[in-house]
Amino acid sequence: MSTSQDSTVKASGPNNFGYNDFVLGNFKFNRDEYFAHVSWPTGSHAISIDDFLRALQRDCAWDFFYGTVNFDHVVGTINHYGNVDLFAGRFNEAYRKAELDYSENFQTPDIRSTFHSMLDNWTNSTFDPFASPAETQAPWGIKSGSNTEAVTRRRVAAARMVGVKGDEQIRTDATGHPINRMFADVPQDEPQVFAEPGFEGEIAAFNLFAYLSRSNVTWNPSVVSVCKESLYCPTTEEYILPIVHGNDRVEWFIQLSDEIVWDVADRETGAPRAKVTMRAGDCAAMPADIRHQGFSSKRSMLLVWENNSADLPALIASGKAPQYPVSF
Amino acid sequence: MAYKTVFGSLDNFSKGRIDIINDDPKHYVFSNLFEVAKKSKPWEKVAVGINQEYVLEAIRAEGQSGWYSCDHDETVICMDGNVEVNFVKLDTPVAASGKSGAVAVNGEPVGKKMGRVVLQQGHQALLPKGSAYSFTAKKTGVLLQQTIIGDLTKQRWAQICLS
Repeated sequence: MSTSQDSTVKASGPNNFGYNDFVLGNFKFNRDEYFAHVSWPTGSHAISIDDFLRALQRDCAWDFFYGTVNFDHVVGTINHYGNVDLFAGRFNEAYRKAELDYSENFQTPDIRSTFHSMLDNWTNSTFDPFASPAETQAPWGIKSGSNTEAVTRRRVAAARMVGVKGDEQIRTDATGHPINRMFADVPQDEPQVFAEPGFEGEIAAFNLFAYLSRSNVTWNPSVVSVCKESLYCPTTEEYILPIVHGNDRVEWFIQLSDEIVWDVADRETGAPRAKVTMRAGDCAAMPADIRHQGFSSKRSMLLVWENNSADLPALIASGKAPQYPVSF
Repeated sequence: MAYKTVFGSLDNFSKGRIDIINDDPKHYVFSNLFEVAKKSKPWEKVAVGINQEYVLEAIRAEGQSGWYSCDHDETVICMDGNVEVNFVKLDTPVAASGKSGAVAVNGEPVGKKMGRVVLQQGHQALLPKGSAYSFTAKKTGVLLQQTIIGDLTKQRWAQICLS
């Protein structure tokens, strides 16, 4: 079942727990002390509120990202780059067979505004959905303030490279980016740059590892360098990726430090396909027909490498571009 | 508790693995850039990632490289060692307009010296469009270059990837 309609933010006043209820098309969202409750015409679902807010935070910050953002095995979004499907059971084989899956399509500004409002209203003052569980307090309980500053962090997006004159700048204590507790041993020296007169703005270098050691978020790729549509989107990872990412294009991971284990499953059904263990220096593709979720016991540095070409999803979906990066 | 961050190097890396449940390991194009560089000749540009026309190249940095130029921005990360990069603003472009990937500059580049950067492990440098650049590594190291497939790119997936 699928429908298409416009929507604006439809929110109630505070419920018994102090949180607003939201309606988006035929989807309804409300939260209590422990759960986000989602309902749609053919069913309903509860998600632990910590998991829900962490997933919602990524979906908002990434503006629905590339492809599918599965909040869990039932609820999620598909980005069509201009409009977005909100679904329940779409990528769950049992829901599909029972014909209980449901999705609606929304113009991106409409679902964006509802999701941003929900995230802001449902996040209490002492919970940071971007932080690792060890670095934030719990989200439970009745409404208690808000944490707008944390949930509206600006996403870094370099035009050429961090450190280039006029572009995104390096992180320091002075910019509000102290070294993370798990990266206290990462050298902080910056590269030596000797520019000849007149070329001060043309050559540039920065300490990427130090930059990452000062990241105050987890599982949040952001652009540090650009080669046409080739984007370096490194991120620091701790605990569990709060969403299960379904690819609409090939994506690459370069493990810069420590270790991440990836559970890889079929994008459509969720059937397990592989477990990929990546250590420093490992390079691996995530094919265009899978979903994946990462686990990082110690905070690690991961270089996510994306091809930002707008043509790719259609080319892959039509079979004109392969789902795997290379044959050998 | 004092945490230990584990980076890799030519002399000390621990390659991960793929545990297959229902798939072909080749789909993951899994390699380790230190292992690739360990088996490469100095300054060979060996692809360890490919996404349509875009590539990531692992480079064994050893001694003095030749000069290169490119018609688009590239970047390089020093993954191991200590590498100096020298830059020259070319009087006349060496890479043809629209040409993808790095090209070799024959002999010394003609133009003004732009400067140099000295990279250690974890440092990333811009290789700006239209410049010529060369690398110097007194001790063997490893670079990871962000670029587009070019004449100098080596693709040897069957030799470097898990299968």
